[in-house]
Amino acid sequence: MSVQVMMQQLFSGMLITIQIFIFTLLFSLPLGLLIAFGRMSKNMLLRGIAKIYISIMRGTPLMLQLLVVYFGPYYIFRVNISSSYRAYAVIIAFAINYAAYFAEIYRGGIESMPKGQYEAAKVLGYTKVQTFFKIIFPQVIKRILPSVTNEVITLVKDTSLAFSIAYVEMFTTAKAIAASQKSMIPLVAAGIFYYVFNFIVAALMELWEKKLSYYR
Amino acid sequence: MNLLEMNHVKKSFNQNVVLKNISLSVKEGEVVSIIGPSGSGKSTLLRCATLLETMDDGNLYYLGEAAAKSESGRSVYAFGAALKKIERQFGLVFQNFNLFPHYSVLKNIMDAPVHVQKRDKEEVKKEALKLLQKMGLSDRADYYPCQLSGGQQQRVSIARALAMKPKILFFDEPTSALDPELTGEILKVITELAKEKMTMVIVTHEMYFAKDVSDRMIFMDQGTIVEETTPEELFASDNKRTREFLGKYHIGKE
Repeated sequence: MSVQVMMQQLFSGMLITIQIFIFTLLFSLPLGLLIAFGRMSKNMLLRGIAKIYISIMRGTPLMLQLLVVYFGPYYIFRVNISSSYRAYAVIIAFAINYAAYFAEIYRGGIESMPKGQYEAAKVLGYTKVQTFFKIIFPQVIKRILPSVTNEVITLVKDTSLAFSIAYVEMFTTAKAIAASQKSMIPLVAAGIFYYVFNFIVAALMELWEKKLSYYR
Repeated sequence: MNLLEMNHVKKSFNQNVVLKNISLSVKEGEVVSIIGPSGSGKSTLLRCATLLETMDDGNLYYLGEAAAKSESGRSVYAFGAALKKIERQFGLVFQNFNLFPHYSVLKNIMDAPVHVQKRDKEEVKKEALKLLQKMGLSDRADYYPCQLSGGQQQRVSIARALAMKPKILFFDEPTSALDPELTGEILKVITELAKEKMTMVIVTHEMYFAKDVSDRMIFMDQGTIVEETTPEELFASDNKRTREFLGKYHIGKE
């Protein structure tokens, strides 16, 4: 196998990795906010559920969660799983796992907001929804951006865990080629890819932080 | 009819009784100052009037409309549209300004009139710029709060409150976070507003200012109103507690 063919195969894996990355963020970021609301709710039941959810998601390996989401429907409900479910399973498992981490980041940010901002908004007649989305949340984003960057970078690398349910993304491809061709090149190429990907992610997040540095 | 009427207000935090049966009424165009030692309940009274705290018991009326009525020993609050309408009657200036740091000065002033009161944006902008001019901040419209001094921030927050066209404006220790030089800026603005017959209730530790600007002064201590009278009479008071308090500022009868 020529290097060119290897690279072509790795490239299609890369696209899958990027796909996992984007869809996971797309679902886990809003879901995390909902869970954070649950976690901060005055309702004891909601709060309890959110707490247990976060505890389980953070307390068990992501790889195990992938297996449960993928094989669960069959073992628990005896539903035959088609191979197309594999892609969904990956996104579901990643999204619900990362949502738990994001929820705690959101909560930290929201709880760090001074009470005065809520009070000023209330006296000015803003509704609760307006207060949150116009006044509180934009400031929360600024505060949590460094922690979110951390999580997002971890996610780039975690996408490789999809190999545990034989979902063919970049890492799975690299491993397979390396084994069949008895070559280090695919693994080195994979390493470079993850590094460059994260380098770009970090640079973009830094740019965003800079954009928000116009206020304190 | 009184613009603001509060009577028999009671408020406790856990076992700590902060307001013991307080009544306060304010007529249109009147300037009332509330003085007293820390922990006397002045700020809590203001926060009850502005609905930031709920009273345990008592009535609260704006222009005769009830925000809260005492029913069998407990305050029952209005809600929905009725309460919203009442909330539009007053504005509040905080000790710590509480400007929105991510909004420019102009947006801080314009946002609520535009998005809460749904007024025309161009019209609001004209008014906001006029208010900024009045506050001596015309050149700061595009600045962010963090680029301003404390005194400037407080003037922006006064402009923000005025932009809502409140019938009555409350000040909760508006100069306590400012150094003496900046304090002067704010007191000047409030004095201007008093001349324009803006109805105001001011909680303050600036005794001489309170004396100059107020039609009526209230001295509070330990959750009760000790005295309520004209500034001249208060400063000449024979009441032991009043004299003791004012004596710390080296004013009043020795």
